[in-house]
Amino acid sequence: MMTTLPTRRDEAWRYSDIDAIAAAWPLPAPESIVVPAGGDFKRAIVQDAGAIHQVEMSIGKGATAALHVLNIGGAYGRIDLNITLHEGADFTLGAAQIGGGEQNLEIITTVTHAEPGATSRQVVRSVLGDTATGTYLGKVAVARDAQQTDSEQDVKAMLLDRSATANAKPELEIFADDVKCAHGCAIGELDPMALYYLQSRGMPPGEAKKLMLQAFVAGVFDGADDEVRLQELALAKLGELV
Amino acid sequence: MLKIENLHATVADKPILKGLSLSINAGEIHAIMGPNGAGKSTLSYVLGGRPGYEVTDGSVMFTPPRHAGLDPASTAAAPEWTPDQVRGDDDGEAIDLLALEPHERAAAGLFLGFQYPVEIPGVSNVQFLRESLNAQRKARGEEPLSGGEFLKLAREKAGLLKMDMDMLKRPVNVGFSGGEKKRNEMVQMGILDPRLAILDETDSGLDIDALRTVGDGINSIMRAPDKAVLLITHYQRLLDYVEPDFVHVLAGGRIVKSGGPELARELEAHGYAEIAA
Ligand SMILES: Nc1ncnc2c1ncn2[C@@H]1O[C@H](COP(=O)(O)OP(=O)(O)OP(=O)(O)O)[C@@H](O)[C@H]1O
Ligand SMILES: [Mg+2]
Repeated sequence: MMTTLPTRRDEAWRYSDIDAIAAAWPLPAPESIVVPAGGDFKRAIVQDAGAIHQVEMSIGKGATAALHVLNIGGAYGRIDLNITLHEGADFTLGAAQIGGGEQNLEIITTVTHAEPGATSRQVVRSVLGDTATGTYLGKVAVARDAQQTDSEQDVKAMLLDRSATANAKPELEIFADDVKCAHGCAIGELDPMALYYLQSRGMPPGEAKKLMLQAFVAGVFDGADDEVRLQELALAKLGELV
Repeated sequence: MLKIENLHATVADKPILKGLSLSINAGEIHAIMGPNGAGKSTLSYVLGGRPGYEVTDGSVMFTPPRHAGLDPASTAAAPEWTPDQVRGDDDGEAIDLLALEPHERAAAGLFLGFQYPVEIPGVSNVQFLRESLNAQRKARGEEPLSGGEFLKLAREKAGLLKMDMDMLKRPVNVGFSGGEKKRNEMVQMGILDPRLAILDETDSGLDIDALRTVGDGINSIMRAPDKAVLLITHYQRLLDYVEPDFVHVLAGGRIVKSGGPELARELEAHGYAEIAA
């Protein structure tokens, strides 16, 4: 729990809107979630008003937890997740952040594999237009005894304008030797040939972009309880950007 | 239906089309042949409005016939044509094709069969085709097709081209073989039902049986008094199935020779050396 206002020299805040944080300071204590051993937990977080969500979650032995995040609203929106996995636990994050204008959106995760045999999988998709900034800072920490850890970070960003910015930093801190940690990170633009192909069939440019972006974020909300609502909200936000 | 006059175009500031003229009437099938790098695909992209293909001179007027009502969903039997309608050009409105956006050209009745159809991961064929068709219909002031109506149409055209309906549900061209992609182009053409189709090497990559299927498909979809086809090809074989009324040789960015179907056979026998020299 932070007691002093962070600065951009702090790694987890280096792309943040410090003025917005100062205005909200002091931040309320993070929401604390404890998933008991053998439990099964699901939660969707929709950040649509420019808020800072901090979540601390401990996932008990053999338990399963899934968070689905849609980060789309306000001038500055931050989702900060601090997850600890106990033996054999499983964590899934499916997140989309979609920003335009001058929005600054970020998803910061620390996933700690504290004990052996736990699995974590994070899928994060960012779509950014105008001069928006989207950041993913994700640290996976594997404790000394946490053998047979299996973790994956799959991070992709799509820039709709050259003036938009994507920051992506998957980070590993491993103290065990028998682990499988995969991370992939890609920042790209919509394929102009694919866009032209769609338009040549009669689709207006905005619709063509929307269709391709929909495909880009597809899948992150798989398995969410309110998958349909999340998809609709994401699609509506994409519609504003194209 | 299409009148290209003195067309000059550049790609990346490099002049490719250098004064190309060509007229196509409704009811006609034209074939364009020519050496690699002559500018055939460039012509198709310029007509289709691909970004980066810049027209520096000349004009292209497109006059899609009106009397079929531009109704892609119309599966009704062709009306009885009067003799003067056999060449289907009527007094349709002449459109400055080059002033239109790519999607507007499609809505006006133009279809481009790509030499290299594009793969679009995550976007299903049916979804994209239904949205495309309905966008075209909307632009023409027609009612959209319902999901059921669209699937019926798609199934019919896939059947015509002997393509498995399952392939239509897969992402656009992803993992399709070369020949399957070309066949998919023709299914799309069947569904969108254009007035003018420009088919860039639709025959390349097709096996012997597929070539016949695609040839039959082109005839059944596009052989009509109010439609026209511009076939770009390197080989006589396709022209055995889809008989052209005119054959042109494109070399060095211009049409350097035109003739009837016999010209294609001559070229097959003697190559381009004499003509393009
Ligand atoms: N982006 C580009 N930059 C530079 N030159 C280009 C570009 N695109 C095409 N060209 C050139 O334009 C010329 C015409 O190409 P085009 O694809 O139209 O030929 P083609 O007649 O279709 O040939 P093929 O029979 O091999 O398909 C070629 O010399 C090609 O290298
Ligand atoms: Mg070509």
